[in-house]
Amino acid sequence: MRGMLGEYLPIALLAGLALLFAVGSLAASALLRPSRPTPAKLAPYECGIEPVRLPAGERFSVRFYLVAMLFIIFDVEVIFLFPWAVAFRELGLFGLVEMAVFLALVLVAYVYVWRGGGLDWSAEGPRPRATHERAREVVRAG
Amino acid sequence: MRVELAPIAPELLLVGAGIAVLLGGVLARRADPLAHLAVSLAGVAGAAAASVMLWSREGATALAGAVAVDRFGVVARLVLLGVAALALLLAHHTLARDGELRPEVPALILFATAGMTLLAVSADLVTTFVALEVLSLSLYVLTGSSRRLVSLEGAMKYFLLGAFSTAFFLYGVAMAYGATGTTSLGGIAHALAGRTETPALALVAMALLAVGFGFKVSAAPFHMWTPDAYQGAPTAVTAFMSAGTKVAAFAALLRVLDVALQPLGWDWGPVVAGLAAVSVVVGSVLAIAQTDVKRMLAYSSVAHAGFVLIGATAPGAPGIDAALFYLLAYALMIVGAFGVVSLVSQGERGTSLEDHAGLYRRSPVLAGLFALFLLSLAGIPPTAGFIAKVSVFRAAVEAGHWWLALVGVLASVVAAFAYIRLMVLMYMREPVGHREPDPSPVPRLVLAIPAAGTLLLGVLPGLVTDVLGKAAVLRW
Amino acid sequence: MSVPIGWFLAVSAALFATGTVGVLVRRNALVMFMSVELQLNGVNLALVAFSRLHGDLTGQVLTFFSLVVAAAEVVVGLAIIVAVFRRARTANVDELSELRW
Repeated sequence: MRGMLGEYLPIALLAGLALLFAVGSLAASALLRPSRPTPAKLAPYECGIEPVRLPAGERFSVRFYLVAMLFIIFDVEVIFLFPWAVAFRELGLFGLVEMAVFLALVLVAYVYVWRGGGLDWSAEGPRPRATHERAREVVRAG
Repeated sequence: MRVELAPIAPELLLVGAGIAVLLGGVLARRADPLAHLAVSLAGVAGAAAASVMLWSREGATALAGAVAVDRFGVVARLVLLGVAALALLLAHHTLARDGELRPEVPALILFATAGMTLLAVSADLVTTFVALEVLSLSLYVLTGSSRRLVSLEGAMKYFLLGAFSTAFFLYGVAMAYGATGTTSLGGIAHALAGRTETPALALVAMALLAVGFGFKVSAAPFHMWTPDAYQGAPTAVTAFMSAGTKVAAFAALLRVLDVALQPLGWDWGPVVAGLAAVSVVVGSVLAIAQTDVKRMLAYSSVAHAGFVLIGATAPGAPGIDAALFYLLAYALMIVGAFGVVSLVSQGERGTSLEDHAGLYRRSPVLAGLFALFLLSLAGIPPTAGFIAKVSVFRAAVEAGHWWLALVGVLASVVAAFAYIRLMVLMYMREPVGHREPDPSPVPRLVLAIPAAGTLLLGVLPGLVTDVLGKAAVLRW
Repeated sequence: MSVPIGWFLAVSAALFATGTVGVLVRRNALVMFMSVELQLNGVNLALVAFSRLHGDLTGQVLTFFSLVVAAAEVVVGLAIIVAVFRRARTANVDELSELRW
C-alpha cells in the first residue's frame, strides 16, 4: 500500500504545484489589478475601429495551412523520441548519439524554414518564395 | 554497439552535400549557383568513390540486415550517380536560363539520388519503403518546382497517383510480414522456401508489391502518371527522374523477385511476363499518337520498362545481367534524349514535334545527338539500345518465354516508327517559326558523355560485360 | 482480450478498400488524398495486428515509419494542392486540363 502510493507521490506533488501556480497567479492578478470597467473597455478590440461583425464561418487564410504543415512535420518527429525514451538505458551511448544526429537533422529543417521566411507572419503574408516551397522542403531533412 | 557506416557512406555523403547546399541557400548572403553546383558534384563524386570502395567487400548485409553489400549494388549506384551528375549539370544550365534555378533544386536532386541509391541496395522491405518515399517525395517537389501551372498540375497528378501506389506497396509489405513474420528479403525467402504449399497471404503480398513497383517503374497499366509528370516537370528534372527512378526501382524489384519471392518463381513469372507484354505494346502504340516530344518519350519509357521486365522474367543471374545492361543503356539514352529536348525547348514552350522540324538546319550538333539517342531508343545498331534489346530477348528465350521475345520484337518495330518520324522531321523538313535552340556549348559537351557511352556500348559491349557479369549475383 | 486476428484483418481490408474506392471515384484532390490516408491507416492496422500475432516488434516499428512518411506526404501533398488551387482556383482533377490525361 505504502509502496504504491510512494511511487505516485512525485506525480501528485507535481500536479499539486501546477494547480497551485495556476490558481495562485489568476487569483493574484484578480486581487492586485484595478477594476474599473467602461463600455469601451468591454468591447472587442479591433484597431480602434467599431467591429462590424465577428469573424465566423470565414475561410482560413492560407497562412494557417502553412503553420499546420510545419506543425505536423515537427510534431510527428516526436514519434521516434518515444521508443528511444522507453529503451533509453539499454541503448546507452549509441542511442544518445543516434538521437543527437536525428535531432540535428530536424534542426537543419528548422533553420531552413526559419531563415527562408516560413515562420514570418507579417501583414502582407509570407514572401512569395516562402509560401509553399519552403514548407515542402522541410520534409527532406526531417 | 558498433555500427559500420561504410555500406551507406554514399548515401551519407549525398545527404550531407544536400544539406550543405540547402543551408547555404538560406544562410549565405548571396546564393552562388556555381558554388552549389560544385558542392553537389563533389558530393556525387564522393559517393561514387565510396561505392567503388565497396566493390571488393562483397558479402551479406550490413546495418542489421537493412542494406545489402554486393556488386550489383555498386553497379546500380554508379549508374544512378552518373545520371545525377549529368542531371545536375543540365539543370544548372537550363533552369538558370529559364529563371527557375533555386538552391532547392540541386539539394532535392541530391536527396532524391540518396533515396535512389538506398533503394538499389535495400535488403529489407522497411528500407525499401523509406528509400522509395525519400525519392518520391523529392521528385514530387522537383516536378512542381518551376511553379508554372503545367508543372504544378503534373506534380499534383504525380503526387496523387504516387501516394496511391505507396499505399499498395505498403499493404504488400504488411502482407509479406504477416505471411512470414519478417520484412528482410532473405528472411522472407527462407520462410517461404520451407512451405509445401504457398500461403495465400504471400500471394496477396506478391500482387500488391507488383502493383506498387508497377507504378514506380511506370509499367502499363500503371503508367497513367508518366506522361503528365514527364511533360509537366522542367525538362532537366524529367531527364533525371526518367532515368533515375527506373534504374533504382528496377534494382529493388529485381532484389524482391530474385531474393525474397524466389521460392514463388512459378507464381510471379506469369505476372511479370503479363506486365511486360502489356507495357511494350501500350507504350509503343501510344508513343506514335503523341504530338509532344516529352510525352512521346514518356510513352517510350513505358515501353522500355516493359523491355526490362522481359529480361526480368528470366530467373537468376542471366535475367539480372540482361536487365542491368538494359538499365545502363536506357539511362544513357534517355538522359541524352531529354537533355537535347531541354536545349531545344525553353520552359514549357518548344516541346512539340513541330518545334523540332528542321532542327538539322539550326543546330546540326543537337540534331546529330538527338538522332543517335533516338536510334538507340529504337534499338537500331550500332547503338547500346540494340545490344540491350538483344540481351533481354536472349535471356527471355533461354528461359522459355519465346512468345514474350516475339511480342517485344514486334513492339520495337512499331515504336521505331515514332522515333524515325521525329528524325525525318529533324532532317528533311524546313524549320517552322523562329525558335532557335540554346546556343551555349557547355551543355553540348555534357551531352557528349551519354552519346559516347551509347555508341561505345553499341560497338564494344564487351567493355562492361565482365563487370556486369560479376555484378549479376545478388547477396543477402 | 482475444479478438481473433481475422477480425483485425477484415477491418483493415475494409479501410483499405474504402480508401481505394475513394481515390478512384472522387475527383476532388483533397478528398482523393484523404482516401489515400484511409488506405494507409488500413495498412497500419494490419501491421499492428500482425505484429501481435507474430509476437515481435517489426510491424510496430514499420507503423512508426509509415506514420512519419504519411505526415511528410500530407505536407508535400497539401503544399502542391494549395499551390495548384492558388493558380487555377480549382482542386478538381478533371478541370485541370493543361495536360491531357
